Amino acid sequence: MSVLVNKHSRVIVQGFTGKEGTFHASQMIEYGTQVVGGVTPGKGGETHLERPVFNSVYEAVQKAGADTSVIFVPPAFAADAIMEAAEAGIRVIICITEGIPVQDMVKVKAYLSDKSCRLIGPNCPGVITPDEAKCGIMPGFIHRKGSIGIVSRSGTLTYEAVDQVTKAGLGQSTCIGIGGDPIVGTTTKEAVELLMNDPETEGIIMIGEIGGSMEADAARYIKEFGTKPVVGFIAGQTAPKGRTMGHAGAIIGGKDDTAEAKMAVMEACGIHVVRTPAAIGETMRRVLKG
Amino acid sequence: MNLHEYQGKALLKQYGVAVQEGILAHTVEEAVAAYEQLQARTGSNIAIVKAQIHAGGRGKGGGIKLVKNLDDLKEKTGQILGMMLKTPQTPGGLNGPGKLVRKVLIAEDAYAPDFDACKEFYLSILMDRERKCNVIIYSTEGGMDIEAVAEQTPHLVHKEYIHPTLGLQPFQARKIAFNLGLSGKAFKEMVQFIQSLYSAFIGADASLFEINPCLKTADDRIIAVDCKVTLDDNSLFRHPDLAAQRDTDEEDPTEVEAKSYGLNFVNLDGNVGCMVNGAGLAMATMDIIKLSGGEPANFLDVGGTADAKRVENAFRIILRDSRVKAILINIFGGIVRCDRVAQGVVDAYRNIGDIHVPIIVRLQGTNADLAKQILDESGLAVRSAIQLQEAADLVKEVLA
Repeated sequence: MSVLVNKHSRVIVQGFTGKEGTFHASQMIEYGTQVVGGVTPGKGGETHLERPVFNSVYEAVQKAGADTSVIFVPPAFAADAIMEAAEAGIRVIICITEGIPVQDMVKVKAYLSDKSCRLIGPNCPGVITPDEAKCGIMPGFIHRKGSIGIVSRSGTLTYEAVDQVTKAGLGQSTCIGIGGDPIVGTTTKEAVELLMNDPETEGIIMIGEIGGSMEADAARYIKEFGTKPVVGFIAGQTAPKGRTMGHAGAIIGGKDDTAEAKMAVMEACGIHVVRTPAAIGETMRRVLKG
Repeated sequence: MNLHEYQGKALLKQYGVAVQEGILAHTVEEAVAAYEQLQARTGSNIAIVKAQIHAGGRGKGGGIKLVKNLDDLKEKTGQILGMMLKTPQTPGGLNGPGKLVRKVLIAEDAYAPDFDACKEFYLSILMDRERKCNVIIYSTEGGMDIEAVAEQTPHLVHKEYIHPTLGLQPFQARKIAFNLGLSGKAFKEMVQFIQSLYSAFIGADASLFEINPCLKTADDRIIAVDCKVTLDDNSLFRHPDLAAQRDTDEEDPTEVEAKSYGLNFVNLDGNVGCMVNGAGLAMATMDIIKLSGGEPANFLDVGGTADAKRVENAFRIILRDSRVKAILINIFGGIVRCDRVAQGVVDAYRNIGDIHVPIIVRLQGTNADLAKQILDESGLAVRSAIQLQEAADLVKEVLA
């Protein structure tokens, strides 16, 4: 099993022939991901990285059977790219792009509400199921196939957790980078829910940060429906109020979205909260041993 | 990005939102000219001098004053211009250094001729993260700290959620105006005010509009007496006119400089500087500094390309802060190769020369072992680590 992406995923890259798209598509192919082509409007019919280029996502779905898309389109055009993928019938849309205007995402969320696809991101490292499919910009070699699912709003902090899990002798089922923006396609709770329902996942690591209420929502879900141990960390215990800390969504607005407040809710809901990011992997190992 | 009150009001006026009129002045002379112009227009000797800085609570710190005649205006403008204005929102709060006032808005007395017949309201628009749509927050309790109103009298703070694609509907504007207790001309004015205000919010790609107070005048007009406008940085590319209004004087000079190097930097008060790739890991690194007995001196995300030049620029910025007693560099190499970063650290160290604070470098990920070797063999006083916990322990050690 695993969730969202696996060796059967038929992946396309939107923004295929651009600098970012080209680099990361080659890395994905090298990892063994089944990349069936890419989309760059106006370059349809060409071949890039030994794969077909299509003019539209619809064409890629029709001709190459694409069901997953990874988006590397610049911020001004990314909202459009997401909606195009959804309309064309892509099942899993992963948007890596950072810097999309918030009001564009308000519209995208509404547009997707009656579609059956799932959006991951934007402003995220992507999704990886080790040894099967790498759909994003994460370094593949740090991952190892295993039973720990990881959900995170961050990029490099996710790699940190992955690395610790691997070094603790465990591996990952699927790692989901949900993104650091104020509006993301899949929330922490929804990603945790996917992993709770995945028979291959035995433990879940949930990494959040200051701003918003996604971690508290996920914690309440875990308390009520959780069947697997969850280890949690919230970055930004030392962040000042009212300042945006790198990610557009990482800003303390009130008393409920501080790291302290979130960790308190998570602890009250039975999550194994670690104060130091150095203890994520080891804590997971200890908790699983029971 | 924040706008000044005078810039925000100009933006609102473009969309037909009525505002308390005023004229910007940088000197007492300009203030006198502005005052005389206003006097001619309104026929009143009374005007308000309003300090233009990026912080709320200006009145509390003496940054907003009513003047009754020309001499009064000269005196009070002279006091406000050049003052270090302390408000609850300036750095360090009322006990901090305050912010230098470089310009003032000379504004009309919107409460004339009958102060008691006026009524102040609160109105704001922002994006609700949970509902993923815009929301108008409003209250009859204008002119006060809305967070305090929400805490003490939550039933007086109302919210109207706006459809994400259809936008504000007329019935919603009417509902707000009714709930604010208005009728007759004031009601109609408020409906128009709210619709224009929402158009401005969407048109400018704003992330916050706060109109406090929003005033019903004695003759039943509705006007914005103050306005706080925050724009979405991500959408500035489609608003070059607004982006050009950025006032870097209002921002931390080090942060402005860091930004010009492509570094994402936030100045803090602590004693351990840090340099990290990625925002989440950067926050986590700050947390680890605290857990090791230090206090983070900054947030710094060097981004995806931590090359030698960036590392050197980051070093120089961190070292400028004399409170910094140690620096922790934490890079998780993915696409970025750790050996390159290590070489960058070594080169930067040599270029800068005189570095007296201990430096702890933790490089993990692609080519981490090679990176450690480069650092260890460089002969520099750099302590290297591979595991995050090792780095934390080293921070503790150098602070002890």
